[in-house]
Amino acid sequence: MSFFSEIPTMGRESLRDFKKGIDLNFKEFSRSYGDGIEGFFDPLLMFLVWLEKLLVNSPWPLVILVLAGLAWIGSRNWKLVAGTIVCFMLIGYFGMWKDTMSTIAIISVATLVCISIGIPLGILMSRSRKLEAGITPILDVMQTVPSFVYLIPIIMLLGIGKVPGLIAVCIYAVPPIVRLTNLGIREVDKECLEAVDSFGATSWQRLTRVQMPLALPTIFAGVNQTIMMALAMVVIASMIGVRGLGVPVLRAVSNQYLALGMLNGLAIVALAIIFDRVSQQYGKRLQKHREGRNL
Amino acid sequence: MSDTKIKIDSLYKIFGNKPKEALEHVKQGVGKDELLEKYNHVLGLSDINIDIEDKSIQVIMGLSGSGKSTLIRHINRLIEPTAGNVLVDGSDVLQYDESTLRDFRRTRTAMVFQRFALMPHMTILKNVSLGLELQGKKEDEILNSAMKWIEKVGLNGYEDRYPQHLSGGMQQRVGLARALTNDTDILLMDEAFSALDPLIRKDMQDILLNLQAELHKTVVFITHDLDEALKIGDRIAILKDGIMDQEGLPVDILLSPKTEYVSNFVEDVNRSRVLKAKHIMEKANGSDLSKGMPVDENDFIESFIDRVVAEKPELIVVQDSDKKNIGSLTSKRLSEVLKK
Repeated sequence: MSFFSEIPTMGRESLRDFKKGIDLNFKEFSRSYGDGIEGFFDPLLMFLVWLEKLLVNSPWPLVILVLAGLAWIGSRNWKLVAGTIVCFMLIGYFGMWKDTMSTIAIISVATLVCISIGIPLGILMSRSRKLEAGITPILDVMQTVPSFVYLIPIIMLLGIGKVPGLIAVCIYAVPPIVRLTNLGIREVDKECLEAVDSFGATSWQRLTRVQMPLALPTIFAGVNQTIMMALAMVVIASMIGVRGLGVPVLRAVSNQYLALGMLNGLAIVALAIIFDRVSQQYGKRLQKHREGRNL
Repeated sequence: MSDTKIKIDSLYKIFGNKPKEALEHVKQGVGKDELLEKYNHVLGLSDINIDIEDKSIQVIMGLSGSGKSTLIRHINRLIEPTAGNVLVDGSDVLQYDESTLRDFRRTRTAMVFQRFALMPHMTILKNVSLGLELQGKKEDEILNSAMKWIEKVGLNGYEDRYPQHLSGGMQQRVGLARALTNDTDILLMDEAFSALDPLIRKDMQDILLNLQAELHKTVVFITHDLDEALKIGDRIAILKDGIMDQEGLPVDILLSPKTEYVSNFVEDVNRSRVLKAKHIMEKANGSDLSKGMPVDENDFIESFIDRVVAEKPELIVVQDSDKKNIGSLTSKRLSEVLKK
């Protein structure tokens, strides 16, 4: 009868040994390779620190001017540019300038890392059914495992600091760009591919001249999603030593500072909206050829 | 007889997981339906043999599902056959390695597609330049040839538009220009005009025939429309369920269909409109032809039948463009031909 009332377990002792074994092995691994892995990320850290310093130390009008300029290049929309300027003035007025600059720095670096890993991976995935079947579940895991869970091995391996924070953000933010690059390339019209093949294209020509340009709007939707998800990770990343808007939010949570939490939360929202609108407008402009179907 | 340009030799194509095994069944006489039901394989093409003459227009006709689009894709190997040979100028296309095949596609064949298959993100100029750009030709050379062909198909002024801005007929002119810019000796046209409405289609047929009179390419033209086949084709092959029912001159197909399928196909054709005097004449053999009623060899029966009825000539004399008598025709023969 006990079979039905109690699920079979492996026994307390062996379970403890099992967990201990994993923990010890991983500690061993991190002791011997941790420094090497940290060294590998050094250039990234240097770049991140440089960008953060640049944003924080430059005169604020210049920074706002550059950001407004980027918004104009992306969207060609005066309202959006005006909105960007007002938002950043308000952020500065409420004393969140420095944290916001740190956040922009880490989001930018994380997005760049995600793009440079995600797009090639998505391209590879689109070329092989097997690879797609292998990578898709990994992406599912990356998106659904609670971020705190993968923070543990990252901290064990690299300690607390900017790089582990960056890695945590990238783990969370890279799946959409991989998925949408893969999808975008797979969705390219088969007839166009047949046509370019019939004219004797190499597979590189086929990729760069037909597949990538036609998949670009979808890939860009992936970039947009990646930026949004990176922003969503800002608070969690601040738990392991990333400076930025997440830090005051955390402080507000633990001390019940309502106003502090709201203000910094709203600053994150403002960044998200600006990034989202600008990148979406840019994505739309990439589809110039889709405009006006009539002669 | 002119030379064979493309020789397709006992070609089979079977779609499915184990085409080689299914091929054995097909060779033992298993038909298309049985193959699908019992062995779960689709018979695409079965024992196709055809010699396509150099500098001629070979039409391949059949209804949808007859395998005609599959067949044309074997010539530039967009589809690999299950068995058989495809010889172009005597060399076996199926033996080519990747880079030879690429060269072959770049310099020997060009294809026009049913639904145009233009690149939506490229301007008309870029679309037409595509083939030469893939070959890495010099920029001014590409521009010159592209502009030349854009002009020839009557699209000058549209170079900087995108395909979506053009009507179907214009898009297919781009498709034609894109294929011609590559300056290949073989032109593969897969139902190239089928998606166009009748008036535009007639225009495009005339453009093709005019260009062919000047360029003398070997054209393989797929269609499901018999009128189009008769208008364009130097020879016509008829496919049904992956099997070639009949291949021959248009007039032979029309006047002596070999199978019921072909005769059903040609039954409703208005013969006086598609047959020319030269198709049905008896060749001149030295007899006196000076007295008959003269007609041009390229006149359709329709255009001189009224004169025959009115004048009741003993003999109709067929002349070529230099007014030389090349053959003759009796009114008895004429009425036989027009009888169903």
